[in-house]
Amino acid sequence: MLESIWFVLWGVLWAVYFMLDGFDLGIGTLMPFLAKNETDKRLMYHSMGPYWNGNEVWLITAGGVTFAAFPATYAVMFSGLYSALMLILFALILRGVANEFRDKVDSPRWRGIWDACLFIGSFAPALLLGVAFANIFQGIPIDQAGVFQGNLFSLLNPYGLMGGVFFLLLFTVHGAVWLALKTEGDLHHRAATLAAKLWMALVVVAVAFLVCTWFYTRLYDNYLRNPFLFMVPIVVIPFLVVGALFMLRVYMARGHWWKTWFASSALIVGVTLFGVAGLYPNLLPSSLNPAYSMTIFNSASSPLTLKIMLGVALTLVPIIIVYQSWVYHFFKDKVRAADLAHEEGY
Amino acid sequence: MDVLMLSRLQFAAATIFHFLFVPLTLGLSILIAIMETRYVRTGDEEYKNMAKFWGKIFLINFAIGVVTGITLEFQFGTNWSRYSTYVGDIFGSLLAIEATLAFFLESTFIAVWAFGWNKLSPRAHAVSIWLVAIASNLSALWILIANSWMQHPVGFTIRNGRAELTDFLAVVTQPFAWHTIVHTLSAAYILSGFFVMSICAYHLLRKQHITFFTKSFRMGLSLALIFSVVEIVQGHMHGAEVAKVQPVKLAAMESLWETTAAAPQYLFLIPDEANERNSVSIGGIPGALSMLAYHTPDATVKGLKDFPKEERPPVTLSFLSFRVMVALGFLFLLLTVVGWFKRNKLVESPGYLKIMLYAVPLPYLAAEAGWTLAEVGRQPWVVYGIMKTSDAVSPIASSQVLISLIAFIGIYSLLGAAAFYLIISHALKGPQVEAVAAS
Ligand code: HDD
Ligand code: HEM
Ligand code: HEM
Repeated sequence: MLESIWFVLWGVLWAVYFMLDGFDLGIGTLMPFLAKNETDKRLMYHSMGPYWNGNEVWLITAGGVTFAAFPATYAVMFSGLYSALMLILFALILRGVANEFRDKVDSPRWRGIWDACLFIGSFAPALLLGVAFANIFQGIPIDQAGVFQGNLFSLLNPYGLMGGVFFLLLFTVHGAVWLALKTEGDLHHRAATLAAKLWMALVVVAVAFLVCTWFYTRLYDNYLRNPFLFMVPIVVIPFLVVGALFMLRVYMARGHWWKTWFASSALIVGVTLFGVAGLYPNLLPSSLNPAYSMTIFNSASSPLTLKIMLGVALTLVPIIIVYQSWVYHFFKDKVRAADLAHEEGY
Repeated sequence: MDVLMLSRLQFAAATIFHFLFVPLTLGLSILIAIMETRYVRTGDEEYKNMAKFWGKIFLINFAIGVVTGITLEFQFGTNWSRYSTYVGDIFGSLLAIEATLAFFLESTFIAVWAFGWNKLSPRAHAVSIWLVAIASNLSALWILIANSWMQHPVGFTIRNGRAELTDFLAVVTQPFAWHTIVHTLSAAYILSGFFVMSICAYHLLRKQHITFFTKSFRMGLSLALIFSVVEIVQGHMHGAEVAKVQPVKLAAMESLWETTAAAPQYLFLIPDEANERNSVSIGGIPGALSMLAYHTPDATVKGLKDFPKEERPPVTLSFLSFRVMVALGFLFLLLTVVGWFKRNKLVESPGYLKIMLYAVPLPYLAAEAGWTLAEVGRQPWVVYGIMKTSDAVSPIASSQVLISLIAFIGIYSLLGAAAFYLIISHALKGPQVEAVAAS
């Protein structure tokens, strides 16, 4: 029971991380395509300035919780995906530093370097997180002893790559919508137009991904076998995934940007939960032999640790949600070129 | 090189680099919070300008602290997967608590502070930097509890082939952890004090912004002076704790080969590891080591030869790093006491200011030496007495680790250079830019 509660929390943490950092990573990826001049760039940086660091901590927590609740999975997952994870971490370093160092020296060359770092540091994690999760849905080649029998390139299989493209589109739509709601004038219009275009690509890839999931993964089998989980394809897919995808476009057309952003968030959460729930009770299925999979039962911490951590999570996470929501609310106004002059920022 | 050696190098490089930025975050956040509190209390604009000036430097430093922390968090899984499986029950939960309790608070409110100068009331703005200061120090507390558990594991039992938690309170309240916490935080405050004093000294030597930098200097001085005293007194007690729980580390840091009653301490000593002796030892103070370790001058101190060879840490490195740290600890006390007498005539003491200008690398050196002692001195164990470092490493290809190690060194060098450049150029520019912006 405790293990299952932690499984849910584990999935939710990843979903929240993708929902929040997704828009920062999307904006960074879109920067070279959307920003026409220096002011546009600074507006884009400022649209995520107060948030990206707090968002990233959800990743640290998702990692920390994997370590605390399912240590053996943490060990196999991160040593197995060594190269992919290192690439993500280095990219996130560049992204973080770019955000804070860019405006510290008044030189176009200096800024150019950090703009490039922001792009790489956003694009690479968006893509690689998708590749990693698609591979987890599909199962990775781990043997009996939990040793990974592949390499970086074995992760770049067709389904993995499709997951990468899917995440990239999810995040860029999410970012473009955020930008549309945080800016006005020309940049707002360009972001809105781009969001609509990317949405079409997203629909195509989302459908293709769901179909391929049928062929490449055991998620649907798992759903059909487990009467309780059977709820997931009937509830999560039509309502959260298809519904959110549809509402996203409707709100976008009406220009209700906050609602659009919430629809986009629901979509990301829905996709993550659809995948994660389909794994249950696995955390890391083995593609070599299902018996080698890391499950919530063979990798959980002791009941005492799970209980203590549950107490910690149930007290602290609500508090975190309260103050982070307050910060989102506090900085909710659009960023304007006039504010940039006397804005302190990082 | 094998995976083990490469992983050790990579871990050492990543933590040493992280800890170049951590201590300044811990101390400077408190100083800035005090400046802003004074601004709220007195309405004196100079304190606001001080908070802004030091705040810029703080943010640059903070940024590197944050990004280098993330790689550490995941390295336990990537490079030490066997370790993670074995102790995750305890160690993993401490890291997760650190993230939920401290990192969220710190990273959320640093943004409120940085972006909120024109949006928040001065009081609310001061509260936000206090929250950052408290959260940073809380994060240090939890990570140090985790680290101390590796130094002195308590509150667990070996079950199902791994260490399982049995007593959470024992883990959190054990004396070794609290020694480490007080010692490391004091080191951070000393370092922050010296950092501030160094930049102030530069401007005071040029006789510019005199009141601004005199006030800042005195704040840094008070912090460094108080904690230099704390550090020496507590460091001594820390040593006694090490003698109790890790006797072989004590023998290594003192380079004591033979078990000796009324063990002396030597002022000058050169260890000779190959021949298991000291090639030079001069100026022995009779009974001093026994006194330090066990508080009685004739207590028996165990020597290295009483421990199997494969359970001894590298002696020369442990010994040297301990000596460097202690010598610097006394030097810091001397420098800050002298400063205390000169605090009202700083501008007329160019000699002293010059020393303080160039003293800034020393507390960094002392802190890194301290960590080297603590970590190297517990080898070959990763978790003292229960898991060897060689059993902790991940079953991965060494080529992967070699590539990541090279990438670490490359990226960190560039980051370090960029941060160094930015901090220096902001520090030397002085506060005039902020003064204009504020008016
Ligand atoms: C004594 C203090 C101390 C020590 C020994 C460590 N850290 Fe640290 N860490 C901090 C004190 C700190 C800090 C002061 O709280 C930082 C530095 C700058 C900052 O933003 O927070 C931080 C940042 C920081 C972050 C980023 C947090 C964020 O995004 O806000 C992570 C993930 C870690 N650390 C993880 C680690 C790990 C896994 C360590 C052990 C190997 C470690 N730290 C050693
Ligand atoms: C930030 C301050 C720290 C510094 C400068 C530091 C430094 C070092 C160094 C130099 C080593 C290498 C020792 C050797 O290989 O001989 C090491 C090893 C290690 N340290 Fe630390 N350390 C720090 C904090 C921590 C903390 C807080 C933890 C745990 C939470 C930790 C966990 C480890 C582990 C797992 C190893 C084993 C790998 C190895 O032996 O090389 N360290 N550390
Ligand atoms: C002058 C007297 C000092 C004494 C007697 C002393 C003693 C010690 C001892 C015995 C340890 C090893 C603890 C262990 O193995 O875990 C240690 C570690 C350490 N020292 Fe010192 N120290 C002194 C001064 C300093 C100074 C001035 C600094 C830095 C500014 C410093 C920074 C550290 C750090 C960062 C560690 C590693 C963390 C820890 O284990 O607490 N120390 N010190």
